[in-house]
Amino acid sequence: MRLIRGIGNWVDQRLQLGAPILETMQHPIPRDTASWFYVFGSAAMTAFGLQLVTGILLALIYVPSAGDAWNSLQILNHQVSLGWFIRALHGWGSNFMVAIVLVHMVQVFLFGAYKFPRELTWILGIFLLLMTLGMAFTGQVLRFDQDSYWGLGIGASICSRVPVVGPALVTLMLGGPIIAGATLSRFFALHVFVIPGLLMLFVGLHVLLVLKLGINEWPMPGRFVRRADYLEKYHDLTHREGVPFLPYGIWKDVVFSGMILLAIAACALYFGPFGPTGQPDPRIIQTAPRPDFFFLWLYALLSLLPPSLETPVLLIGPMIALIVLLLLPFFSGEGEKSWKRRPIAVLTILLIAVTLGTFTNMASHVPWSPVMDAWTGAPIPAKFVSGRTPLQVQGALVFKSKQCHNCHALGDSGGKRGPALDAVAVRLTGDQLVRQVLQGGGNMPAYGNNLNPAETAALVGFLESLHPSGQAPARDASRIAEVQP
Amino acid sequence: MSDLSRRQMFMKIATLFNGVVGVLLAIPVLRYVFSPMTRAQNSGYQRWISLGSIDQFPSGETRLAAYRNPVAQASDGETADIPCWVRHIDKSTFQVFAINCAHLGCPVRWFPQSGLFMCPCHGGAYYSDGSRASGPPERGLFEYPFKILDGNLHIQAGELFTPGPSASIDLKMPDSKRPPCA
Repeated sequence: MRLIRGIGNWVDQRLQLGAPILETMQHPIPRDTASWFYVFGSAAMTAFGLQLVTGILLALIYVPSAGDAWNSLQILNHQVSLGWFIRALHGWGSNFMVAIVLVHMVQVFLFGAYKFPRELTWILGIFLLLMTLGMAFTGQVLRFDQDSYWGLGIGASICSRVPVVGPALVTLMLGGPIIAGATLSRFFALHVFVIPGLLMLFVGLHVLLVLKLGINEWPMPGRFVRRADYLEKYHDLTHREGVPFLPYGIWKDVVFSGMILLAIAACALYFGPFGPTGQPDPRIIQTAPRPDFFFLWLYALLSLLPPSLETPVLLIGPMIALIVLLLLPFFSGEGEKSWKRRPIAVLTILLIAVTLGTFTNMASHVPWSPVMDAWTGAPIPAKFVSGRTPLQVQGALVFKSKQCHNCHALGDSGGKRGPALDAVAVRLTGDQLVRQVLQGGGNMPAYGNNLNPAETAALVGFLESLHPSGQAPARDASRIAEVQP
Repeated sequence: MSDLSRRQMFMKIATLFNGVVGVLLAIPVLRYVFSPMTRAQNSGYQRWISLGSIDQFPSGETRLAAYRNPVAQASDGETADIPCWVRHIDKSTFQVFAINCAHLGCPVRWFPQSGLFMCPCHGGAYYSDGSRASGPPERGLFEYPFKILDGNLHIQAGELFTPGPSASIDLKMPDSKRPPCA
């Protein structure tokens, strides 16, 4: 012990860093901020540190080549001792990092910490968020599997819609004409060198600003921020009533960071690594590519937007969101900080959370995608075929063989792309069914070319039988009038 | 005092000199970074390539084919093996469709029973002639130019199909390409 201290003293006599570090750690903070609400920033940094370490460990084995990347992931998963665990730590660390960064941002927003004089801290934070999401996306690409391959195709398709320079952007993004070796190499360079380097620089500046300007005081309802006297008041809070960060505040950061690391390790141990899914062979088309969790909302949005709105929303939406976030501290740089007096701020957060949550939830059910194997895999529940006439049973077969079941559900089985047909006969008459099947419309393809008259008659016969026993099928009023003079 | 202003002038000249060197170095760096784009503009990526004998594609049917992308490196592995859908209409009339959905590029699958291409991602669907049937795509499937040489089907290929800014132009499809019932 004495030897270690001796060496430490010897080094510090030359470096002279011990005293300034201790002084920084003991900087005064407002007493109220030694709180469990103020631990997310340091936790995000801890998660980033874990990503750096596990990332370097993965780079010992990973091969950034389109022909070998997938195999090297298999070697990591199955051959290298605990390679699967390091992959799992990196994958779960990524999810936790995105989540903690978002929680940190919400906390900062609701506590009004972006207001004067901390505008630049907020702006750097926005860039840190973008880089964190950039790391999440490029990391998903490096897991070079089917999802990654087709995910790149989706990225390229979005880029191509940029006016004028779209096609050039696609070539630049892919590093060539197709998704191939050059694409993976450049995403490797982004994920391993460019973005982490920028992240470290920006994290450094972000933390430096927190130290220079002081941590945001606990917002009290009615205590206004004014440019004229804020700095003076804050000085009183820290220097008259304040406490040193070490040890009053920091122990909570340390405990929470430890809990986060433990949670990441527990998830990694219990759930294991993410993928890889199938090989990145474009010839294997029996695949339904899905993005990672934090981009599921985007996946849902891309399915649900009307086609005419898609390109403007994709290209202009993010720009507006970014500009609003960057300008926020300039539009509301003063005034009330407490979320108790900022109902619109709270509602905005709730609205965004509910929207993103709903989209994410929908993306886990994918009601907009046909169930590609429903026509061969999913049974028609017995109640829809029992007691039917031979023609209607024949129609049920047509329903299966023409893949109607891929998009239309019966009972709980089948796709949800189109409306469920459990009670379709209540909504549509026989004639309307014939028209709908042959001509399509309302986002349904026309089947006129692929059904002969016998098949159409059988299918419509089956569909006409689909109504609950207590409910009469739809009737054509004009025909009834003819029958009853 | 004159010495100080002299040194300040030296500093300005030194900075200017470094700036000029920086600009000179930036030219090759930028040309390197943007080389995929300049190559696309100069020599292009498109080449005529054979899909093999037309006998593999029975008349009236749509079959999956694959080709090695004409611009490929050894490190590309399987990613340079690009699939496409070949529809043999009759005799020497073909349609060769890109595998990529015209919405966001996911791989479309052909269902001969219902005569539809369906996309697993966002539910786009196309008729057997590649025209848009339903879902989010703004246009029909992308088509490769084709020709028949010595009984072999050749297509012009080399670049990933993406719905570019031109997607909206193709919306105005000639009536002859529309399915009769739509």
